[in-house]
Amino acid sequence: MSALPNKKDKFVVVGSQADHAEKINKPSLSFWKEAWLHFKKNKLAMFGALLLIVLITMAAIGPHIVKYDYATNDLMNSNQPPSKEHWFGTDDLGRDVFARTWEGARISLFIGIAAALIDLAIGIIWGGIAGYKGGRVDEIMMRIADILYGIPNLLMIIILMVVLGQGLGTMILAMTITGWIGMARIVRGQVLQLKTQEFVLASRTLGADSRRILFKHLIPNSMGPILVTLTLTIPTAIFTEAFLSFLGLGLNPPLASWGTMASDGLPALEYFPWRLFFPATFICLTIFAFNVIGDGLRDALDPRLRK
Amino acid sequence: MEKLLEVKNLEVGFQTYGGYVQAVRGVSFDVNRGETLAIVGESGSGKSVTTQAIMKLIPMPPGEIRNGQILLDGEDLVPKTSKQMEKILGQDVSMIFQDPMTSLNPTMRVGAQITEVILKHNNVSKETANKKAIELLELVGIPRAEERVRQYPHQFSGGMRQRVMIAIALAANPKLLIADEPTTALDVTIQAQILELMKSIKKEVGSSIIFITHDLGVVANVADRVAVMYAGQIVEIGTVDEIFYDPRHPYTWGLMASMPSLETVDEGQLEAIPGTPPDLTNPPKGDAFAPRNPYALQIDYEEEPPMFQVSPTHFAKTWLLHPEAPRIDPPEAVLKNRRKLAGTFEKPVMVMEV
Amino acid sequence: MIKYFGKRFFYMFLSLLVIITATFFLMRLAPGNPFTSEKQLPPEIEANLNAHYGLDQPWYVQYFDYLKRIATWDFGPSFKYKGQTVNDIISEGFPVSLALGIEAIFIALALGVLLGVLAALYHNKWQDYSSMIFAVVGISVPSFIMAALLQYIFAIKLQVLPVARWDSFAHTILPALALATTPLAFIARLTRSSMLEVLSNDYIKTAKAKGLSRGVITVKHAVRNAMMPVVSYLGPLSAGIITGSFVIEKIFGIPGLGSHFVTSIQNRDYTVIMGVTVFYSILLLLSIFIVDIIYGLIDPRIKLRAHKKGA
Ligand SMILES: Nc1ncnc2c1ncn2[C@@H]1O[C@H](COP(=O)(O)OP(=O)(O)OP(=O)(O)O)[C@@H](O)[C@H]1O
Ligand SMILES: [Mg+2]
Repeated sequence: MSALPNKKDKFVVVGSQADHAEKINKPSLSFWKEAWLHFKKNKLAMFGALLLIVLITMAAIGPHIVKYDYATNDLMNSNQPPSKEHWFGTDDLGRDVFARTWEGARISLFIGIAAALIDLAIGIIWGGIAGYKGGRVDEIMMRIADILYGIPNLLMIIILMVVLGQGLGTMILAMTITGWIGMARIVRGQVLQLKTQEFVLASRTLGADSRRILFKHLIPNSMGPILVTLTLTIPTAIFTEAFLSFLGLGLNPPLASWGTMASDGLPALEYFPWRLFFPATFICLTIFAFNVIGDGLRDALDPRLRK
Repeated sequence: MEKLLEVKNLEVGFQTYGGYVQAVRGVSFDVNRGETLAIVGESGSGKSVTTQAIMKLIPMPPGEIRNGQILLDGEDLVPKTSKQMEKILGQDVSMIFQDPMTSLNPTMRVGAQITEVILKHNNVSKETANKKAIELLELVGIPRAEERVRQYPHQFSGGMRQRVMIAIALAANPKLLIADEPTTALDVTIQAQILELMKSIKKEVGSSIIFITHDLGVVANVADRVAVMYAGQIVEIGTVDEIFYDPRHPYTWGLMASMPSLETVDEGQLEAIPGTPPDLTNPPKGDAFAPRNPYALQIDYEEEPPMFQVSPTHFAKTWLLHPEAPRIDPPEAVLKNRRKLAGTFEKPVMVMEV
Repeated sequence: MIKYFGKRFFYMFLSLLVIITATFFLMRLAPGNPFTSEKQLPPEIEANLNAHYGLDQPWYVQYFDYLKRIATWDFGPSFKYKGQTVNDIISEGFPVSLALGIEAIFIALALGVLLGVLAALYHNKWQDYSSMIFAVVGISVPSFIMAALLQYIFAIKLQVLPVARWDSFAHTILPALALATTPLAFIARLTRSSMLEVLSNDYIKTAKAKGLSRGVITVKHAVRNAMMPVVSYLGPLSAGIITGSFVIEKIFGIPGLGSHFVTSIQNRDYTVIMGVTVFYSILLLLSIFIVDIIYGLIDPRIKLRAHKKGA
């Protein structure tokens, strides 16, 4: 403590001064901006996002930057190791692995995204109706979902593929027949939550401001879990495609998917390892990218985890 | 009276996302043997952090004890490692937490949760510990204790669980018992029962108690002395009588005025203190309470007040006690109860430390 | 409690019925299946199929007969190989798959829990970061790629372990590891977040205030409570191990039920596909049910939560 202050004028009553108490309010950011700021701090997630951008870019341009076509056989040049000519080597029919890899990227990403979007559509319809209607409708719809949820996913997909026959369309169909339930449950949960919040808002007379709250805060908030589930469906679908290829239920040649390439490359592992190495690496990288992005989104979009 | 605990100039902070929180800013007090000290103050004033620092239960990181000493029987706890603290916790100092619903392990039998402490600190057999556990449950007023020790926490009501917590805290006969709002989570009738229990136990066991509460009625009921905390500091400390009948700090005035009067329950006099406590990441210059203080002086906004002593046991940290300060009378609600107490000094004396 | 298990059992039963029904009718839709009239089969197999499914009967008779036979643990004959029944295939292949599966589950649980606990105890330290990076990599590498990688490194390059077959314990190591990778990573993440949640609970503070040592608090108070979500993951875990075994057994040439199943898929041996699928489903639903019971037994609060979880 310093020496006694002896100026008399310091000892006059000035009373409470509210402005001293007032804190500098942090500028309130919009939901998405705040989520983005948080996401940006997550190094692993940012790395995943960067990786994904590279993968998507390569899927778009990859097949065009080499002079080889993904489907053209060249039996004279089969099983060539990576070289200046064939960057990723060639397969048993002499097809260029580089071209096939990026062609495969298109197919794997397409399967993943299509499966996720169809899951989302069914999930929104089923879960939305169940959550919105509530009561008996909700009860019955969720009971059905519970029963279907007990069915082992991959087994059912296998049966469906056996029955429906191999192909891109049937594969996506098989995945979504069993895949939508998780999404439906999430959507329902969010709708239920939104309903109570909307109710609270409505009772406060729906002015322009509360509509702003609804669209700027409530709906974005409830979209978090849906977006995360969507992101995490994609790697599952990419995995399933590869898995089915290993069972001999993959796409028909000459179509190249990462799964068929990997399963074709596996028997040649000892002598021509690059035939497995490239598709396998990209399967892992893609799944990795989506997983870390999904985790990052979960952390960034959940207001409870954000603090 | 012999001092059991002396806390000197304790400073505790937390490194958080939003900045460094100075949760406890230079707190000093002591607790005598067999005495009950109540700590009161608004939510966030640092009561829990202060007491958890005594037990070294502050999560580090993000927390740290930045400065100060905590002397238990003359021995400083601050530099002790967690290994060294194990011998002290439960044995010399034990704690009762606020929420009995969450402070017991849900998947462990109640008996085992009590014997655990006994076995840790006493060299006794399992049977002896079991017997002691049953005795303790009986002591804290749980009927059919023999059966109850084999049950799980969810089979107990909230009040009963808090009794179990008290039994756990007493299991190794601690010298100091810290109760952090032990009745806040309970409903009123149960609160009264738990308070009675704590009072009778104090008589029986003779440990010192630090009792944290928001409820001034409880303070009057159990405490020998009272410390009032605001924004991480003790702003006034004294005997119960001194705090209730002759408070000196304007924050204590506010607290007293906001209390439904002990004698006259008069709705009209219930006043809350307007405003919100300061942000401890960036504590204000001068007196932290000034912005909410209708009697704030100019100097309150400029310089932190020193501690003034008004009796051998009574201290307050406000410029109003400075010889140059104008004479200001406390609000009506406080004035009404004011009594002249023996031992009060003619004039407040400025002191460096309590 | 009884009511809760009764309800769970009922749902399990319904799911099973849906699976059996779906497989039965889906198989009839498949091209070149044995249930169509214009089939070209060796007479012996035709007789076998007729005896079992009554192919000359209307479909609903066939369906109910099938249900009845499943109830008596009879999964029917092979459609491709004469004299072989699904029951034969199961009793031949399943013990091998079971041994492999149990080894993998053991690895996944032991290492996964260990990693998760370590990560939580050293929250935000390098132990935490490295375990979690390991886990996210583990989740991103599918078991069949892990299998190829392990084969390439340990069998082909280093030649310290056998490439394939199923003769000694050494033969089991690589496939079990490959099978365990993904669930191990999941369990590590699950354990970590559950441990962190438990460690933030008040009763951990109580335990500290009792003066218990860090080790005792971790084992007696934290890990035990943190294991609850891991126990409920055992159901999905067995599902993952079973489906994983299809590809792993094939890659390592292990004569288990998984590789028989894959062979039957590649041969379009419909009745075997159907029978094995139903067998696996029963196995899975049963293990999920058993996990539920275990959960109820180890968590004394289950009575309180029964109606909530059952919903
Ligand atoms: N683990 C922590 N991390 C960051 N800040 C913390 C932590 N624990 C406490 N604080 C901060 O320390 C300050 C004091 O908290 P404390 O819990 O001691 O208040 P209290 O007086 O016990 O309040 P209450 O009456 O609500 O229990 C608060 O501002 C709080 O935000
Ligand atoms: Mg507190």
